Amino acid sequence: MVGITGYGVYIPRHRIKVEEIAKVWGADAQAYKKGLFVEEKSVPGPDQDTITMSVEATFSALKRAQIDPKKIGAVYVGSESHPYAVKPSGTTVAEAIGATPDVHCADFEFACKAGSEAMFVCLGLVGSGLIEYGLAIGADTSQGAPGDALEYTAAAGAAAFIMGKDNIIAEAIDTYSYMTDTPDFWRREYQFYPRHASRFTGDPAYFKHILGAGKAMLEKVKMKPKDFQYAVFHQPNGKFPQRVGRLLGFEKKQIETGLLCPKLGNTYSGSSPMGLTAILDEAKPNDLIFMVSYGSGAGSDAFVWRVTERINQVRDSAVKTRDMLNNNKSYLEYGTYAKYRGKIRKGE
Amino acid sequence: MSSPRYWRGIPQRYRLEAGKCRKCGKIYFPPRLICDECKSREFEKVNLPKEGKILTYTIIRVAPSQCTDQAPYAMGIVELSAGSTGKDGVKILSQIADCDFDKLEIGMPVRIEFRKIYQEGEAGIICYGYKCVPV
Amino acid sequence: MRDVAIIGVGMNKWGELWESSLRDIFTEAALLAIEDAGVDHIDSMYIGCMSSGLFVGQEHLSSLLTDYLGMGPIPATRVESACSSGGLALRTGLIEVASGMNDIVLVGGVEKMTDVSVHGATFALSTAADQEYEVYHGVTFPGLYALMARAHMHKYGTTRKQLAQVAVKNHYHGSMNPLAQYPQKITAEEVIESVMVADPLRILDCSPITDGAAAVILAPLDLAKKISKKPVVKIIGSGHATDTIALHSRKDLTEIKSTERAAKIAYEMASKSPDEIHLAEVHDCFTIAEICVIEALGFAEKGKGGPATEHGMTTLGGKIPVNTSGGLKSKGHPVGATGVAQAIEITKQLRGEAGERQVKNAKVGLTQNMGGSGGSSLVHIMEVV
Repeated sequence: MVGITGYGVYIPRHRIKVEEIAKVWGADAQAYKKGLFVEEKSVPGPDQDTITMSVEATFSALKRAQIDPKKIGAVYVGSESHPYAVKPSGTTVAEAIGATPDVHCADFEFACKAGSEAMFVCLGLVGSGLIEYGLAIGADTSQGAPGDALEYTAAAGAAAFIMGKDNIIAEAIDTYSYMTDTPDFWRREYQFYPRHASRFTGDPAYFKHILGAGKAMLEKVKMKPKDFQYAVFHQPNGKFPQRVGRLLGFEKKQIETGLLCPKLGNTYSGSSPMGLTAILDEAKPNDLIFMVSYGSGAGSDAFVWRVTERINQVRDSAVKTRDMLNNNKSYLEYGTYAKYRGKIRKGE
Repeated sequence: MSSPRYWRGIPQRYRLEAGKCRKCGKIYFPPRLICDECKSREFEKVNLPKEGKILTYTIIRVAPSQCTDQAPYAMGIVELSAGSTGKDGVKILSQIADCDFDKLEIGMPVRIEFRKIYQEGEAGIICYGYKCVPV
Repeated sequence: MRDVAIIGVGMNKWGELWESSLRDIFTEAALLAIEDAGVDHIDSMYIGCMSSGLFVGQEHLSSLLTDYLGMGPIPATRVESACSSGGLALRTGLIEVASGMNDIVLVGGVEKMTDVSVHGATFALSTAADQEYEVYHGVTFPGLYALMARAHMHKYGTTRKQLAQVAVKNHYHGSMNPLAQYPQKITAEEVIESVMVADPLRILDCSPITDGAAAVILAPLDLAKKISKKPVVKIIGSGHATDTIALHSRKDLTEIKSTERAAKIAYEMASKSPDEIHLAEVHDCFTIAEICVIEALGFAEKGKGGPATEHGMTTLGGKIPVNTSGGLKSKGHPVGATGVAQAIEITKQLRGEAGERQVKNAKVGLTQNMGGSGGSSLVHIMEVV
């Protein structure tokens, strides 16, 4: 049996509302809110980045896993906003949590599914016996180009999972991955903002891969949507995951708990992983969770999780997802948001 | 900030690693070579506790050049809980992040969070460390 | 150990001296002191300077300044102890004369702070604090003193107005000092409404960035009595102590222990008590500093520095005038020169040369110079012979 022994989440306290962004660009806020099903998004402070959020999410995961960090055999951080282009986020995280030096580190990158990749690899390493525990993190402080549609949703957050064989709180029943070369959303080296192919990012990209991985996953484990208590999908906005869930045969109430986007925005590599932490905050022993991530470029990783008895013992040991999402918020106006996000051209 | 200087301080910057005198139990942050109380040279590694309270604070409005984007920001001298440390709590100076300035007060409980302290322009290293946030 | 006296003083007008380089500024003040002393040679020289390296890229001041002073290939020693460099230069010069090693010793201090940007100056000044555990986290010197101020206000009820009174008083004194950088009088309202720098300290609570130099000539007392045409001022006490470099490492954040310790040593050496001091020049780098220092020196009880200042104890005409020169606040603070300039003010006062700001019957004076947030302190006591 392999699975999650500890999970943690981190959401910065700053928020900005869709109205505030729309005001600056002369856009129709209500249209954006309806079209995207998003009200506000999280904003990282100037002293926060993928690494800082990953460290704090991991401290929460360690509180739930209750293990000595020195037993972690691999630290993988998946993000599309690693603070360095060359120098791994993983080593700083490993150093901060006290896992160094006897540990493997690597940074993962695959647009929004870099987090779920790290999870996939850790499960494999633990399952094969190569490591005792593996730390998989999905974290991002992604940027949306000013005035672009993505600016309304590009948000910040981190989810950390410690995979192991002992004291599991959610067993990994199986996984399935589905990839193709699809240029729907990308960022070239030295470019500050990503670019996307507009409506092409829908059916041929997001939907094709989630449906491809999702259907294959259900077939592989020989289950039906109604067998699951929860389903969570990648959340670039509040609408897509609801539609893809419906297409796969899931109902609104199965998707609700893990749907954070309306109040959080799209945390990219943290997106479906954070949806999973929100579900684990509530799920009961023996609940089945269906998870499919999506990363542009493109691909999806699907997972089937079964919650164990142990969840009740450790769930309250650290902060919960919706508590971080809803409490202690600080709303920014666009000027401060732009300053924090480095969008203002400054002298050197 | 030079690479060797930054790197040398990582155990303290990231993990608040301190030195506890084996003879009299006094805790030094950062670790020292000699205990000023009992003159012993033997120390063991301990990590400082991550909770404490504010002893005094200020709000920096005119910031040094590496922090101008973060101004105004609060800073405080924080006593990290005596609980497990035996003697008086160890005091540190750090920024107090994520706080509403008018809620700041002496005695306020805080905890340590890992944050970015500053970065060397667009091409230099990124410096991380500890800050305090209200509990 | 021989008794030592001050026989000459020299100081130029302080301010933003764009036309003058560090070597010009120092040489001017040194020549004025030599002239005032009426000597035709000096045996050795001490130079208090915090950071000529960071401000103007120049070290090896010993060679540079003896060269430009034109008094021969004499020994010279650069002394550094952050903002107490001047006071420490005075003490080391004193020790050289007292030991009999040399007779006529020039003690000077200089700082040239305006060739770098304000950020550059702030950075240079920040080297007086703990780089890894204070400066790294984003604190500035106003920030460190602001932390002290808030602790003092919380523990003793010191008020915002009492802090302002330090600045008002020192500017009032400075208005009578032709060499002061900012001789304008100011009001408490102006202080309290000025731009906030680090809560609760505002820009008018802070001493400025200044170019300037100051120099004194020391001689053994016996020789001084023979050759000096002016009243001889004897240094009767000298104390020096250090404390932790980081403010947060101190036991009580409202006390300046290094000043207490240095003062104790000086009082003992001089056989004087705080009550016997007629006037003092203290290190008012920030208004709160003067309040803490007059407590540390024993002029006011612990915690009562604020009310004492408010009631005029330290104003000209009061029980013990403090900073009749205008202090760092109004006179300026070219870091390395400050400690020496304090000795100059006391000397002038004890000689009866202080003009408008003369303290009546001044016979015994004290200087207190400190570095950083109180990590080092120098206290000297002088008496007119």
